[in-house]
Amino acid sequence: MNLKLKIWRQKGPKDNGKMVDYPISGISPDMSFLEMMDVLNDQLVEKGDLPVAFDHDCREGICGSCSMYINGEPHGPGRGITTCQLHMRSFADGDTIHIEPWRAAAFPVIKDLVTDRSAFDRIIQAGGFISVNSGSPVDANAIPIDKHDSDRAFDAATCIGCGACVAACKNASAMLFTSAKVSHLSLLPQGQVESRDRVLAMINQMDEEGFGNCTNTGACEVECPKGISIENIARMNRQYLGAAISYSPPKATGGGD
Amino acid sequence: MSEFREKTSIVDARVPEGPLADKWVEHKNHVRLVSPGNKRRIDVIVVGTGLAGASAAASLAEMGYNVKSFCFQDSPRRAHSIAAQGGINAAKNYQNDGDSTYRLFYDTIKGGDYRSREANVYRLAEVSASIIDQCVAQGVPFARDYGGLLDNRSFGGVQVSRTFYARGQTGQQLLLGAYSAMSRMIAKGGIKMYNRHEMLDVVLVEGKARGIIARNLQTGEIERHSAHAVVLATGGYGNVFFLSTNAMGSNVTAAWKAHKKGALFANPCFTQIHPTCIPVSGDHQSKLTLMSESLRNDGRIWVPKKKGDTRKPIDIPEEERDYYLERRYPAFGNLVPRDVASRAAKERCDAGYGVGASKMAVYLDFKDAINRMGEDVVASKYGNLFQMYEKITDENPYKTPMRIYPAVHYTMGGLWVDYNLMSNVEGLFVLGEANFSDHGANRLGASALMQGLADGYFVLPYTIGDYLADDIRTGAISTQSSEFDAAEKEVKNRLHQLMNNGGTKPVDYYHKKLGKIIWEQCGMSRNAEGLKQAIADINAIREDFWKNVRVPGTEGELNQELEKAGRVADFIELGALMCQDALDRNESCGGHFREEFQTPEGEALRDDDNYAYVAAWEYQGAGMPARLHKEELHYENIKMVQRSYK
Repeated sequence: MNLKLKIWRQKGPKDNGKMVDYPISGISPDMSFLEMMDVLNDQLVEKGDLPVAFDHDCREGICGSCSMYINGEPHGPGRGITTCQLHMRSFADGDTIHIEPWRAAAFPVIKDLVTDRSAFDRIIQAGGFISVNSGSPVDANAIPIDKHDSDRAFDAATCIGCGACVAACKNASAMLFTSAKVSHLSLLPQGQVESRDRVLAMINQMDEEGFGNCTNTGACEVECPKGISIENIARMNRQYLGAAISYSPPKATGGGD
Repeated sequence: MSEFREKTSIVDARVPEGPLADKWVEHKNHVRLVSPGNKRRIDVIVVGTGLAGASAAASLAEMGYNVKSFCFQDSPRRAHSIAAQGGINAAKNYQNDGDSTYRLFYDTIKGGDYRSREANVYRLAEVSASIIDQCVAQGVPFARDYGGLLDNRSFGGVQVSRTFYARGQTGQQLLLGAYSAMSRMIAKGGIKMYNRHEMLDVVLVEGKARGIIARNLQTGEIERHSAHAVVLATGGYGNVFFLSTNAMGSNVTAAWKAHKKGALFANPCFTQIHPTCIPVSGDHQSKLTLMSESLRNDGRIWVPKKKGDTRKPIDIPEEERDYYLERRYPAFGNLVPRDVASRAAKERCDAGYGVGASKMAVYLDFKDAINRMGEDVVASKYGNLFQMYEKITDENPYKTPMRIYPAVHYTMGGLWVDYNLMSNVEGLFVLGEANFSDHGANRLGASALMQGLADGYFVLPYTIGDYLADDIRTGAISTQSSEFDAAEKEVKNRLHQLMNNGGTKPVDYYHKKLGKIIWEQCGMSRNAEGLKQAIADINAIREDFWKNVRVPGTEGELNQELEKAGRVADFIELGALMCQDALDRNESCGGHFREEFQTPEGEALRDDDNYAYVAAWEYQGAGMPARLHKEELHYENIKMVQRSYK
């Protein structure tokens, strides 16, 4: 296959970037998209040019590192896949392919196609956990969990934190990501204890990071490589409303006798 | 002083006295503690945020230590444990099939072909049940049955169902559990997290590990970090083969730098070739994809009985199929351990019975399972794996059998550690796949996740206190010392050399060349002549690499070619050591198969009289043969017999 690539090149966080043309030939339809990028980069290195920087690691669609905005879609054409699972057989010989980084104020570009997604980590740090120390938990079968709840929690927990939902959203909203974690934990009895604190803290952090609001467009759900449902957003909104109306944080108390 | 006795040799594991089943409990009862007030004065560096690193960092921070945690990825959630599919073992006996701590211990020792340390393996089996409890408490959504209780599946090399799973994404769910525990401690200030940082050296002060030199991968800045102890949980070195199921970034650098500073590297030639991976499709390939071993529960492996049969698999009638695992190993059938299954596939393909375009593949067929259980049930168990296979190969495994071939997946070898998981370098602890201790010469399926979390949640948090109890009055370790100066200078020199040698060849050129040699000479089967040649070839690659590699860009920026170059430089040195180790071990055991040493039926032939030891290698300089230290293995509770899965 012969292709015309148009790739976003940006030297550093403070530099201006631009689209640069790279013709490439001899691409096999069986290559993954990232293997095509490897071929390009080896050619650039041999010519003495700078290779295109991009995040990638597991190359089997689970680590959430890869993050290319291809022809106007996060992770390119195809549904339920990450960039590393996109194969060149999805394109036709002679195609022009536009490759850009995620575009969102909360995900600043570091270099070329690499963005800073640490805002997601900070949303999890705000409350995306169950407060239990290592040591002596109760027996795993002490609390039976309805299989349906457990399965729905799992569906939400499959989020890989890639950020495609933000990249797809016209508002650069992180509602799908945040609601997936809120749902995963609040659907389980272990996670219900902290659910009010959690939803308030995580949404607060999401807003502080500069993500936009949700206007129910649904683009996030379409582009999510793991098929996370926007039902989770509805669930989170309901919890948030309940928590915001009824809840006041407990007062700090003394140290005991 | 510690209750722990003095070492009698460099490879004295200091296994506690007493009956096997009491060792760990007794040991925990007697190791020294550090009081809550004193923990605040102690810093611990944890490198790596996979299952072992994340669970250790979270646990240590919860206990009150100041933890500094490092990962090269952009977030700790992305470490390669995330890609583990099948499951995690635990001796819960929820299925009432007679499972017990002893049976899990015995299966693991036997699966490892009697080359692991008895007391460590028993402890692993002992804490396995707590891991499941811990993960469920964190909200890990393991598979459940309709009564709301946890479900199990069976894995290779065992006759019970003790594997807990979360669809085909068990590693992901366990890692997100550990990551959430870490995140909680990051928010509380117990962990200071350094993303996009790569450890490039360990710093020893008066013989003790007291810090690391790290490169900020985003800015290129070289940083000094000090602590009272350093924990390496940096994973395995499968990427030495270039093509493996490891993530692209997985590397040996941290462990190798520690090795060069004196830490012994144990059993480097014990690597695991996983039997069920998607076959290589061409030269462009950058990595291989695993298909979970759990598929062997319901899938049947076969090749045509006729050599070079080119018919479509569905056109080959039942009587013309050779279900060779069921034929050779009737007792375990398709569920023999990984090393046995891999070698059997290689044997059939080498003999001319392979399938697919490359003829280097065998079929994994779900026809019978679909007929027996229905497509829906098969989909609910393996749906995401089938989908993944179809995405990569463009073939539908519900309609036509999968094609599979073995690929490098896991490395049992690693830095030598004692019973407390401390290397021979004081204060340098090694966890998870990065250490060597629990899997012997072959790891059983669903045991890597178990070991990573056992080390991080339930072993290190207790054993590290015994070491740190001496440091409660030490105070903060300064980074302004001659030792830090020297280590930093060495790191900078090396980077500078890689950037400025004026070469012409990309890093991948060398990595592919190295990988090919290791795969052919130190892969599924090895012989003395090939190994000797490999060592000479690898030494030549090393010299060529340092003269002719080209790294574009600068040191002071995000430079992924520079990152790769540093890792490949270390892989080259490791490759030579792997071959030396394989050459030294004149026997076949587990994943190490020396063609000269096999039974008349072609099974691995161990030599317990001469090789029942851990080979712990001491670095002697680049290109120089390493020095061997032997930790003799004593089995007090089981008898060493030839493994049989027939």
